[in-house]
Formats: sequence, C-alpha cells, structure tokens
Amino acid sequence: MVGPWAWIRKNFLSNTTNVIITLLACWFIIETVPMLLDWLFFDAAWTAENRDECRAKASGACWAVIGERFSLFTYGFYPIAERWRVNLSFVLMVFALIPILFDRAPLHKYALYIATALPLVAGWLLVGGLGLTPVETDQFGGFMLTLVIGITGIGFSLPLGLLLALGRQSNLRIIQIFSIGFIEFIRGVPLITLLFVASTMLNYFLPPGITFDLLFRVLIMVTLFASAYMAEVIRGGLQAIPKGQFEAADSMGLHYWSSMRLIILPQALKISIPGIVNTYISLYKDTTLVIIIGLLDPLGIGRASLADTRWTGLSNEVYLFVAIFFFISCFAMARYSLYLENKLKTDYRR
Amino acid sequence: MTQKSKLKDEKMSSDSAEYSVIMRGVHKWYGQFHALKNINLNVRSAEKIVICGPSGSGKSTLIRCINRLEEHQKGEIIVDGIEISRDLKNIETVRREVGMVFQHFNLFPHLTVLENCTLAPIWVRKMPLAEANEMAMKYLERVKIPEQANKYPGQLSGGQQQRVAIARSLCMKPRIMLFDEPTSALDPEMIKEVLEVMIQLAGEGITMICVTHEMGFARTVADRVIFMDGGEIVEHNNPDEFFRNPQHERTKLFLSQILNH
Ligand SMILES: Nc1ncnc2c1ncn2[C@@H]1O[C@H](COP(=O)(O)OP(=O)(O)O)[C@@H](O)[C@H]1O
Ligand SMILES: [Mg+2]
Repeated sequence: MVGPWAWIRKNFLSNTTNVIITLLACWFIIETVPMLLDWLFFDAAWTAENRDECRAKASGACWAVIGERFSLFTYGFYPIAERWRVNLSFVLMVFALIPILFDRAPLHKYALYIATALPLVAGWLLVGGLGLTPVETDQFGGFMLTLVIGITGIGFSLPLGLLLALGRQSNLRIIQIFSIGFIEFIRGVPLITLLFVASTMLNYFLPPGITFDLLFRVLIMVTLFASAYMAEVIRGGLQAIPKGQFEAADSMGLHYWSSMRLIILPQALKISIPGIVNTYISLYKDTTLVIIIGLLDPLGIGRASLADTRWTGLSNEVYLFVAIFFFISCFAMARYSLYLENKLKTDYRR
Repeated sequence: MTQKSKLKDEKMSSDSAEYSVIMRGVHKWYGQFHALKNINLNVRSAEKIVICGPSGSGKSTLIRCINRLEEHQKGEIIVDGIEISRDLKNIETVRREVGMVFQHFNLFPHLTVLENCTLAPIWVRKMPLAEANEMAMKYLERVKIPEQANKYPGQLSGGQQQRVAIARSLCMKPRIMLFDEPTSALDPEMIKEVLEVMIQLAGEGITMICVTHEMGFARTVADRVIFMDGGEIVEHNNPDEFFRNPQHERTKLFLSQILNH
C-alpha cells in the first residue's frame, strides 16, 4: 500500500499506544489551536488609541500597542531625523553577511575584510562624528540595541575565545596561567555582576574626568563573557583532534601557526559548531540583561510601554512580540549552524 | 694541525655526506621508563633498513627520534649532516627532508586527497599552486590512484589511504623516508598494494627506514635488518644472514613467532 494513508498508518497508527497518543494529540490540537488563532488574529484589534478601545472592539489581542510603539521598539530613542543611519547600517549588515556566511556568494574571498570593515562603518554610522551628527549611545534602544550588542559579541568573542583556548594549551606557562585564570574567573561570575561592574565600578578605576561610554563598557563585558565560554567550547574541539594530526603536520615541517590554521583549527572549529552557535544564542538572549543597568533593549521598551496608563495590562502582547523577535533571530542561527555542519561534512565515516 | 687530526676531520665530513642518519649513544626516557638504550646506528644514504622486534621494544620511538617527534635525552642524532637539538630551525629543516608514513595514515580528513598532497609543498616549500597540483598528480599516479584526487580520505579504503599518505610525503621530495608499521592497520588484501608501492620506491635511491614485520618485504628490499628488543638493538645483519642464521636467542624466538603465526 502506498500514498498518504499508508504513511499515516505507518507513522501514527502502527499499534495501540500509538493510536492513543495520536488521538490525544489531535484532541489537544483541536482544543488549543483555534483558540490561539482567534486570539492572535481573528479576534485581535489592530488599531486603537488605548486598551479600553481595544477591548470594546474585540476580545482577542490588542496589537495596537505594538503598532503605536513599533518605531520605539526598533530604534529606541535614536533621533528620528537620523534614523536613516540605523536603516543603512542594517542594510549594510545584511549585505555583508551574505558573502561572510555563504561560500558561493560573490565576494566571499573578501569575507575577512568585509567582516573587519563592517563594525567600523556601522559604528561610525550609528555613533556619528567625522561629518555625521554625533548621537549619544544612551539614545540607542530596542532591536537596534540588541543587534549592536549581539553582533559585536558574536563577532569578537570567536577570535578572542580562540586565542584563549590556544593560550590555555600553550607551553608558555605565563600565557597558560593567564588564560585559565581569565576563563575561570569570567565563568565563575554571573553576567549581571559584570554588567554592574561595567556600569558603576569601572568609574572608580578610571581617572576622574575621563568618561568611558556606558554602551562601550557593556560591549566589552558581553564580549569577554561570551569569549570565556567560547574558549571552553573550542578547547573541547581541539581535544577531539587525534594526536596523529599534529604529528603529521609536524613531520612535514609546518610551523605551529600554519599547522593550527590549516589543519587543526578547521577540524576543531567544525566539531565545535554546535557549541559555538549555542554560545552565540545564549549571548544574544543575554543581551536582555542590560535592562538592569538602564539600557533600553526591547524588553525595556516593552516595560516602559506597559507603564503607560493607556496600555497597562497588555503584557501578553508586548512580551509575545519581543519573544517572536528573539525566536526568529535564534532560529535563524540554529538553522545556519545545521547548514554549515552539513556543508563541511567530509568525514564519510562508515 | 697534525696530520692525524686532519684525517679525522676529513673522515667526519665525509661521514655526514655518506650517511643519511647517524645515531651515536642515543638514550631516551619516558619519565622513569628507559625506552631507548645506547642506540648506535649509521644509515648510509640510499640504504634501506628494516627494523623489527616485539611490540613495545622501542621501534617507533627510535624512528620518531629521527624527525624529533620524540626528544632524546642523551647521545647525538645527525640527519643529513644536521644535528638534532633543541634548535627549532634545525628541526624544521630536517623535517622538510624527512618524510614519514604512519601506521594509521594520519591523512587530513577535511582536505581532499589532492589538497593533502599539496599542503606542505605550498606552505612549507612556497610552491605555486598550479605547480604543486601538477606534482601531486604525478605522485598520485605513481601510487596508482590519480582518479581519487578529488575525494576525501574518508571515502577511500585503508590501502588507498596509505598510498595517499606515501604520495603526500613524496611531494616534499624527501631524501629520507620513515615508515612506522605502514601495513599493520590494513586488511591482508590491501597490504600487497602498499608494499608494491614501497618496493617501487626502494628502487629509486631514497634512504628508507621501515619498521615492519613484513619479512617478504625485508628480504626483497632491505640492505640490513635490525632487530630490537627492550629498547636495544640486539642484532643487525643483511637479510640473508639475518633470517638464515640469527645470532641471538631473542631473535630466534621472535623470528619463530612471526614466521609461524
Ligand atoms: N608517550 C609515551 N609515554 C610513556 N611511555 C611510552 C610513550 N610512548 C611509548 N612508550 C613506551 O615506550 C616503549 C616503546 O614504545 P614504542 O616505541 O611505541 O614501541 P614499538 O613501536 O616497538 O611497539 C613501550 O613500552 C611504550 O609503552
Ligand atoms: Mg610502534
């Protein structure tokens, strides 16, 4: 027997337990999904001035709050006249990511240069100076802030983590001790503590009169935090490389750095991809912690919106909206990691 | 300078020209464990040496000291006129001239067969890519697998992988080749194809030091067979004498074990 019926029989109805589970699942879907869809779409109010108007119009979600606050969620308090700079940075980022992420894209040869140039150009666009109106970083907020912190952390934690992982295995005792000390210290304290240090304590250590941009301090802390985890992920990958690979490389007369770059790291990083992306995803979600030191990430904007008397009580809508944004970003990273793993699969182990 | 010491000097310099590898009073310890005991071995250039002996007797350790994959603690090792010491420059120079083939192939799984072969010529010898590719194809033809050039090592059989490993070493145009049990990880039907390549190579004026228990190979190719046990060279002789008329009890015992298994 072939066709969809056979497929259903085989996968859902092959024995009594299976039949029961299938029935329960169907019942659950029928009970919940229509309700959810009603709330999300069919009974939702899309435009309104405030919560009461929503409630009067429809029994479902009140998306009007998101509609009204959308630009706040996206740009934070970035000056409206300058928002084209944020948009341009975003477009540049997308165009830069294509050759970086996909090896068959045009310009892939220059991926490393592009990856170096992007933060400089985007940083200049966002912060200003050199001909552009300066924008204070405390006006950054919303998804844009998440992207700035997340992408900086993602971009810098990999090379830094790599150096720490190599340092941890170094024959030079001093480098080894420094790497181990750094990694263990950073892993031993919560990120929030580091963010507090960034926001308050660093000022004590800096000479009076010197101010050091808060966002910049946060970027450093988030990067350092992620790089300690990254180092351990990569160390795991390095340890999985058989000794024979090092010996083969040595026996050909390759230098340490050449054999690392050409032989050991490509293999170690490939094994580490799931762990690396895992670290990226948690870093990305951890950016929401900056709310604690007063930066307005999407959750901060959400809370501010809920504090508005016109919109109180709409936390479902606000948090769901923020959750969807994070889910899309993180899911994309997870899929890319799978794609990369499959593409790099060259060990046809039987 | 006296006549005598001058003579000695000349002899020394001709030594290093004539000998590919000179080991004098070499000792090696792994921690407390004395793995090599007073090894004296001179390998003439283009000579083919087979080293055999029971497992754990120090065969691998001995040949790995020649390209400094292991460090010796006492005595001297001179390879192609260069003394092996802490000096990294010397070690790298020596490694460029000494090829090594391992029991478990140690091919680079993330690179194709061709890339495995061209990696060292490109990055160590700074050879242009096109030239390196051409040369690699030549050696892959010599080991009879040019058609596998664009596959990955994981897609090949053990025998094919080991032949790639030999081609990879040859691409550096080494003057000395070290083989550490190149056929012991292979199924019987693949041993022959690897030995054929090695026998062909032996006809080409390269210095070969092979750790192997393939006695047929030793008979055909070796100029000398060396028997090791307990970290010492117990006996060395030309193959005919070695197999027909072993001198030591330990050699006799070993030979009876491997020839009658
Ligand atoms: N890295 C090492 N650390 C400690 N002992 C070792 C190490 N490598 C080899 N040995 C010991 O040295 C002896 C000789 O080893 P090896 O040269 O590999 O012998 P063979 O190749 O003849 O089987 C063995 O007893 C082995 O256990
Ligand atoms: Mg061995």
